[in-house]
Amino acid sequence: MQRESMEYDVVIVGGGPAGLTAAIRLRQLAMAQKKELSVCVLEKGSEIGAHILSGAVIDPCSLDELIPDWREQDTLLTTEVSHDQVYFLQNKERAWQIPTQFVPASMQNRGNYIASLGNLCRWLSERAEALEVEIFPGFAAAEVLYGEHAEVAGVITGDMGLAEDGSKKPSFEPGMELRAKYTLFAEGARGHLGKQLIANYQLDAGAGAQHYGLGLKELWDCDPQKHQQGLVIHGSGWPLSESGSGGGFFLYHHENNQISVGLIVDLNYQNPHVNPFEEFQRLKQHPLLKDYLTGGRRVGYGARVINKGGFHALPTMHMPGALLIGCDAGTLNYAKIKGTHTAMKSGMLAAETVFDALSEDEQGGKDLQAYAERFKASWLCDELYRSRNFGSALKKWGLYLGGAYNYLDQTLFGGKFPLDLQDDREDRETLKEVADCKQINYPKPDGVISFDRLSSVYLSNTSHEEDQPCHLRLQDRDIPLVINLGHYDAPEQRYCPAGVYEIIEQGEGPQLQINAQNCIHCKTCDIKDPNGNITWMTPEGGGGPNYPNM
Amino acid sequence: MTVLVIAEHNNSELNAATLAAITAATQLKDAVNLLIAGSGCSSVAEAAAKVQGVSRVLLADAPAYEHQLAENVAPLVVRLAEGHTHLLMPATTNGKNLMPRVAALLDVAQISDIIAIKSTDCFQRPIYAGNVIATVQSKDSLKVVTVRATAFEPAIAEGGNAMIDQVEASGDLELCRWERDDVTESTRPDLAQAEVVVSGGRGLGSAENFQLLEALADKLGAAIGASRAAVDAGFVSNDLQVGQTGKVVAPKLYIAVGISGAIQHLAGMKESKVIVAINKDEDAPIFQIADYGIVGDLFDILPALSAELDRSVN
Amino acid sequence: MKVLVAVKRVVDYNVKVRPNGDGSDVEIANAKMSMNPFDEIAVEEAVRMKEAGTATEVVAISLGEAACQDVVRTALAMGMDRGVLVETDARLEPLTVAKLLAAIVKREQFDLVILGKQAIDDDSNQTGQMLAALLGWPQGTFASHVVVDDDRVQVTRETDTGSQTLSFKLPGVVTSDLRLNEPRYVKLPNIMKAKKKHLEKITPLELDVDISTHLETIAVAEPTQRSGGIKVSDAKELVDKLRNEARVI
Ligand SMILES: Cc1cc2nc3c(=O)[nH]c(=O)nc-3n(C[C@H](O)[C@H](O)[C@H](O)COP(=O)(O)OP(=O)(O)OC[C@H]3O[C@@H](n4cnc5c(N)ncnc54)[C@H](O)[C@@H]3O)c2cc1C
Ligand code: SF4
Repeated sequence: MQRESMEYDVVIVGGGPAGLTAAIRLRQLAMAQKKELSVCVLEKGSEIGAHILSGAVIDPCSLDELIPDWREQDTLLTTEVSHDQVYFLQNKERAWQIPTQFVPASMQNRGNYIASLGNLCRWLSERAEALEVEIFPGFAAAEVLYGEHAEVAGVITGDMGLAEDGSKKPSFEPGMELRAKYTLFAEGARGHLGKQLIANYQLDAGAGAQHYGLGLKELWDCDPQKHQQGLVIHGSGWPLSESGSGGGFFLYHHENNQISVGLIVDLNYQNPHVNPFEEFQRLKQHPLLKDYLTGGRRVGYGARVINKGGFHALPTMHMPGALLIGCDAGTLNYAKIKGTHTAMKSGMLAAETVFDALSEDEQGGKDLQAYAERFKASWLCDELYRSRNFGSALKKWGLYLGGAYNYLDQTLFGGKFPLDLQDDREDRETLKEVADCKQINYPKPDGVISFDRLSSVYLSNTSHEEDQPCHLRLQDRDIPLVINLGHYDAPEQRYCPAGVYEIIEQGEGPQLQINAQNCIHCKTCDIKDPNGNITWMTPEGGGGPNYPNM
Repeated sequence: MTVLVIAEHNNSELNAATLAAITAATQLKDAVNLLIAGSGCSSVAEAAAKVQGVSRVLLADAPAYEHQLAENVAPLVVRLAEGHTHLLMPATTNGKNLMPRVAALLDVAQISDIIAIKSTDCFQRPIYAGNVIATVQSKDSLKVVTVRATAFEPAIAEGGNAMIDQVEASGDLELCRWERDDVTESTRPDLAQAEVVVSGGRGLGSAENFQLLEALADKLGAAIGASRAAVDAGFVSNDLQVGQTGKVVAPKLYIAVGISGAIQHLAGMKESKVIVAINKDEDAPIFQIADYGIVGDLFDILPALSAELDRSVN
Repeated sequence: MKVLVAVKRVVDYNVKVRPNGDGSDVEIANAKMSMNPFDEIAVEEAVRMKEAGTATEVVAISLGEAACQDVVRTALAMGMDRGVLVETDARLEPLTVAKLLAAIVKREQFDLVILGKQAIDDDSNQTGQMLAALLGWPQGTFASHVVVDDDRVQVTRETDTGSQTLSFKLPGVVTSDLRLNEPRYVKLPNIMKAKKKHLEKITPLELDVDISTHLETIAVAEPTQRSGGIKVSDAKELVDKLRNEARVI
């Protein structure tokens, strides 16, 4: 197809913390050295922040490096963490608070801020625009554009105005080529193009398997009497412990009497009956959490996967003409459940690498090994190395032992306990047959603390153009019924936090119905389908959730 | 002081929405004048005189008003406004077309689509597509208001005895020419306008089974709607979809058959006056908002319902 | 023919709006804002007129705070020639907007003004009609089809019973309904071009328009939640209730 084309020095895919930080840094360097350098950021959400979902407790160290005077400029991050509490939930009633002296250093948050990452991104995007970065929300990078020498030469934006059957509607607009000397991929966890690049360039050769957790989150307006601005609560145990699954919850007291509460469910769970959404709903019924929520009003819902593989799973982050940054590469520090400062740092490192490369040679298209060197020399590498075993320890040895290991490692050895733990099965390989697993009976929602999935999705303000090709592609149309339904009772019905997949009985027997318009772009199905049969593709730009303050 | 209601009519009959506006007017003031502006519309004036609550009918009968073009009627209303505290009209397409023009000529604000009257200068009206209700106070001495007809009971059409006064007509300003009206001829009322909607969901199981709904809809003179699940399953085309991404309807009676009642569907019909749910799952969320529910198999209930309607009519 | 299109910046169609904690206003902090969907249709219609050669110049105008220039830029990216922002932080009522628009129309001699029939935030559905009144112009509201033929416009309007066709001599006002057209997708290069198009800023004071308010919003609340009614046992009982209790059939 003949496509229009536009050229930039650097194209950045994804307007999250990594992408925006890289854009800002590139333009800062260009301005400081009075160089011409064109930078654009593509964002599939309808606006910057629309697809950002995070906790978030944010370590400001990278923001300090990027915009040292941010504290003077704006009232951006205002809620400093005042207390940290860590709990172990023994069952649906009891909670055991871990004494402060035993809380791993990585879980202590003094000096960090509680904030909406989406709003931080909105702020960063204003900064970037002031530095003449072109930001294009509503445009997804749908394909990688390769050059003559198999280098990445940019991206192609998604076609707009295709009908469900793939035919062109009157409003059809073909996607455009955005050509760049260097392209930075900052799509966040399980990037759709990042995944392809990792496969194409075999970037994961030698790296451990990447693991993921599904993070579900709600935002509540809460009773001012119960609100303790600055309080941060983390915990694990019940209810996931009932099915032997891993994960943990968080509850942060933001400003304006708001609370964000969430559960991260490790996607290496084995029991196909597990329903992460329902686990989250029943978690909120635990008195520890329920107390804070009672009298409040739920105002937001969303979900997004989070990388857990850490250091071991980091792929090679450079390839000809492109770099992977932030969670697209997997720079999250799972010991701290923080990926913002690390994503930002990787964005800065990438920007500096690219800027140097373009200063030396205007051609572009090179494989920038220098990025790896910069990474190794940075605090980022050190930080990820120190927490390399956190997730795997919990996974391998369970909560008690793993927790003890983590405590020892993180607190006494500063993360340098001389042992490497790795976990090499992919998350999709862990499901057991349904016959071998215990049914889980989830309680019905009460409509006050717990809710059903569809009324939750409603709060994510999700929408997609209705008449477009389904963006959730099945490689094999038979697998959902023959394998998934037969062996695992169709786990996609349960793991999807938006109820996109439904098995319906209709005439000729069960069928898989895909309600793609509900998709909140969390990427779980792309990870957890037992045969890797589902591929998440970019829908028409601007589609997806519209999170206001997540 | 008196309220002036501007009637909606087709030169032969008074539109029922006007009766609701008259009720709203009587909540404001005891004296209600009703303006009939049309051409050859004396029968409307006679009918209007019988409506309870109307004290005077003002009849402006002239060719210039035949199609009630806003350009011609607005100056008439402006002329008659004096001596009235409020000008009311139902929020029909005619009301929405005319009243802002009147308000601007009088240099006052308009309060659109009110659903409740708090006091003579304070009204409630939906904003954000009905997701929020605003209470609005007017500082103008003359209030121009359009009234959501479904929010007020219709005034009783018989038993009143108002005087009919002819008022002088202004001429045709000739700003605008009427070309034609096209009335949608269809055996079924338009989904968005229908007084009764019968809607089916996935529970119907197939496109063929939607015929069961049609039989019921025929008896009730109803439009047919559907939930998204039914549309996605291919039972009906998507122009019948009611809900967040489909049509928003507010009929007098909404019958949901085999529809679970996900919030996305409710968003399109929860303003209906009376909601009936038929579903075999007694925990279906639809029952939480239905005025009348039947738990049971729709394949038994639908034919019984049709039969019952036949029987009780005869 | 010079065409003016008014565009409003509103909370995006997909965002669910709720009252804030004390019920004084709606809670929309950090919500996505967009061009009012009906205005997008109005812009599309104007751009098509330009493309068809019936319009010589098409101008987009928005009124409100500085951020409203975003929607003017979107209109420019869709193909409008230039933009105007009447900038004020004051709350503007439809009547005020109509007065400001009338001032602009008089200043620049537009022949046709197209507006969305209604903004999806306050749902007033007034501005176009008010503007026509203030200018003494004809109005073609809720248009589903517009044909310009020299100095006459034919407008097909959506009505409660079907449709109505009117015609008038320019100048006039048209307000757009959903079925008028399907707005185009904005193309990336056009977003870039739009940044370079002229956008004039002006204040209500400069236009000499009084922007004091006539209405005050005292409170906002969620609509009363419906609660479940009763279960009936069979069709017979249902028909009886509908007929004699609810009286809806
Ligand atoms: C529930 C949860 C809680 C968390 N809590 C914390 C916390 O407390 N503290 C913390 O520091 N971190 C936390 N994180 C992690 C943190 O959110 C991530 O590490 C961080 O967002 C990663 O930044 P990023 O820029 O790499 O990717 P993202 O933030 O995911 O941003 C990627 C952006 O790219 C866009 N995009 C993706 N693909 C395309 C494409 N093909 N075309 C165009 N645009 C595209 C996306 O829409 C998105 O806007 C949490 C994460 C979750 C899920
Ligand atoms: S369809 Fe896939 S990506 Fe979309 S919400 Fe469901 S699991 Fe997440």
